[in-house]
Amino acid sequence: MVIDFESEAKNYPERGKVFDFLTPQHNPALNVDKSVLLYLESLSVAFDGFQAINDLNLYIGNGELRCIIGPNGAGKTTMMDIITGKTKPDTGVAYFGQTINLLEMDEPAIAQAGIGRKFQKPTVFENLSVWENLELAMAQPRDFLSLLGARMSTEQTHEMAEILALIGLEDQINKAAGALSHGQKQWLEIGALLMQKPRLLLVDEPVAGMTHQEMDKTAELLRSLAGKHSVVVVEHDMEFVRNLSAGGKTVSVLHQGSVLAEGTMAQIQDDDRVKQVYLGE
Amino acid sequence: MIRLLNQDRGGQLLIGSLLLAIILVPILNALPDSSSLHVPTYSVSLLGKYLTLALLAVAVDLVWGYLGILTLGHAAFFALGGYAMGMYLMRQIGDRGVYGDPNLPDFMVFLNWQELPWFWQGFDQFWLAALMIMLVPGVLAFVFGYLAFRSRVSGVYLSIITQAMTYALMLAFYRNEMGFGGNNGLTDFKDILGFSLQSEQTKIALFIASAVALIVGYLLCRAITTSRAGKAVVAVRDGESRARFMGYRVENIKLWVFTFSAVLAGVAGALYVPQVGIINPNEFSPINSIEVVVWVAVGGRATLYGAVLGAILINYAKSYFTVELPDVWLFALGGLFVLVTLLLPRGVTGLLKRKEAK
Repeated sequence: MVIDFESEAKNYPERGKVFDFLTPQHNPALNVDKSVLLYLESLSVAFDGFQAINDLNLYIGNGELRCIIGPNGAGKTTMMDIITGKTKPDTGVAYFGQTINLLEMDEPAIAQAGIGRKFQKPTVFENLSVWENLELAMAQPRDFLSLLGARMSTEQTHEMAEILALIGLEDQINKAAGALSHGQKQWLEIGALLMQKPRLLLVDEPVAGMTHQEMDKTAELLRSLAGKHSVVVVEHDMEFVRNLSAGGKTVSVLHQGSVLAEGTMAQIQDDDRVKQVYLGE
Repeated sequence: MIRLLNQDRGGQLLIGSLLLAIILVPILNALPDSSSLHVPTYSVSLLGKYLTLALLAVAVDLVWGYLGILTLGHAAFFALGGYAMGMYLMRQIGDRGVYGDPNLPDFMVFLNWQELPWFWQGFDQFWLAALMIMLVPGVLAFVFGYLAFRSRVSGVYLSIITQAMTYALMLAFYRNEMGFGGNNGLTDFKDILGFSLQSEQTKIALFIASAVALIVGYLLCRAITTSRAGKAVVAVRDGESRARFMGYRVENIKLWVFTFSAVLAGVAGALYVPQVGIINPNEFSPINSIEVVVWVAVGGRATLYGAVLGAILINYAKSYFTVELPDVWLFALGGLFVLVTLLLPRGVTGLLKRKEAK
């Protein structure tokens, strides 16, 4: 009888990882007692007199998948900038969980607290290989000296393999990220985002420039991520949003820097104000 | 060490030839003058000088090639390391100076100074000088980098302020009141660690020290670039804001690499000075830093060994041209830079790699 050791080994837990409750929680400071992961309250920000965000209130539940739609200039990207620390609002509060005040932190601190962002344009490190891109994104101490002596642990290798399988790039680990196709870059970026083990994923127009097939795969992936992570998707493509929010998931409509309407896709489509400003009907 | 040179054929070749040179050069130097293989001692010193400049180029390549900061002020760190070494060498002269003062270097006696300024104290000890050779450039780079990177100065603006830094240092060192010998600088050295700088053995030892320093410096840089930190450095170069959103403190990564590179440049300067026998404020002149960047560009960025190749090639050409056709040199250098930028954007090593790929 031939024993396939490799598949056999997969059935056993990793060495040193027996009880789940013994592995430390990724970010113990995060408190989601009230089942709400992200609080944005009365945020306002103006650029040279232009009110980009105007009294915005938004709550994202723990493990929720939320789609955000809105016409150009509705403030979607500015909102992401505020959450990730790139832009400071003029007024308002932004909390991650019950206790973490996002407005007091800079970009690296927010990223380390567990908020990952995927940009509209695929931004991967083009001169690094697929493997190196994921390696850098991996949740790990990020100061120079620890990076200098960092070695890949078995656990981390497993994690990498898992993500590579998920994004379908197992066969291209040594390829420079710059040489990937557009869709593959988008996927690599999502993979990199997952390596950070964020609690909240901010995804800006993930399917821009994707084929229909790739779009379906992406929707499937994002839906599978919800639950373990909270996912906020900003998207223009209505068909994609319909697909993503199927099953009564909440959709928020942004207009002139504040939330115009919130509800399931069906409710949104019936809303007269939404029809007026967005669907143009 | 072997692991560091895996998949680095240029590096293997470089370290191999440096080790070979360490063994061969003293042997060839010991041959009788009549032999056609004899290497005269002045050539050994010249080679040693090239190696220290190559180390400076490696330091610049680490910052420019990998981190993406076009530094136009690295010669300042080189010169500071050189001055620290020069101060030690001045104190070694003792009472053999022209004025015969056992404590004060000649230029201080000439300026009618009565006692040694505080910052010259202790420089008769080699260990202190060695410490300062690394500490002074390192601290300057740290403070400069801390201020510049924290306020997110980058690109051409950063290049300009690095030029301003080296220019300001040059002006300061030209002043006699600074206590570094003014425009004459420090010279007329006699001994290093008790060995006469005029003796052939000392010159060969300095050559070997330079080669060893280059090997060690190369391997250290290689250790950084092949580690995960090195990947983060490239990530900062190619997508600074992305690296930030990934949780990397871009300023800190820049600061570490910049400071380390400045220390390396300081060591290079310290080995340079005893081999050329003088250090003066000209070493701070902005054109020097720009020249280093040209060496790296000619050799090929972000390869490390390319920087060594570029530094040695151009400095050899410089030695040749300034003797044979002194008027042509600056035109040749400028023309070379234009040609390399236009025709060989990845430098000489890029050309070799392309040939290999075919």
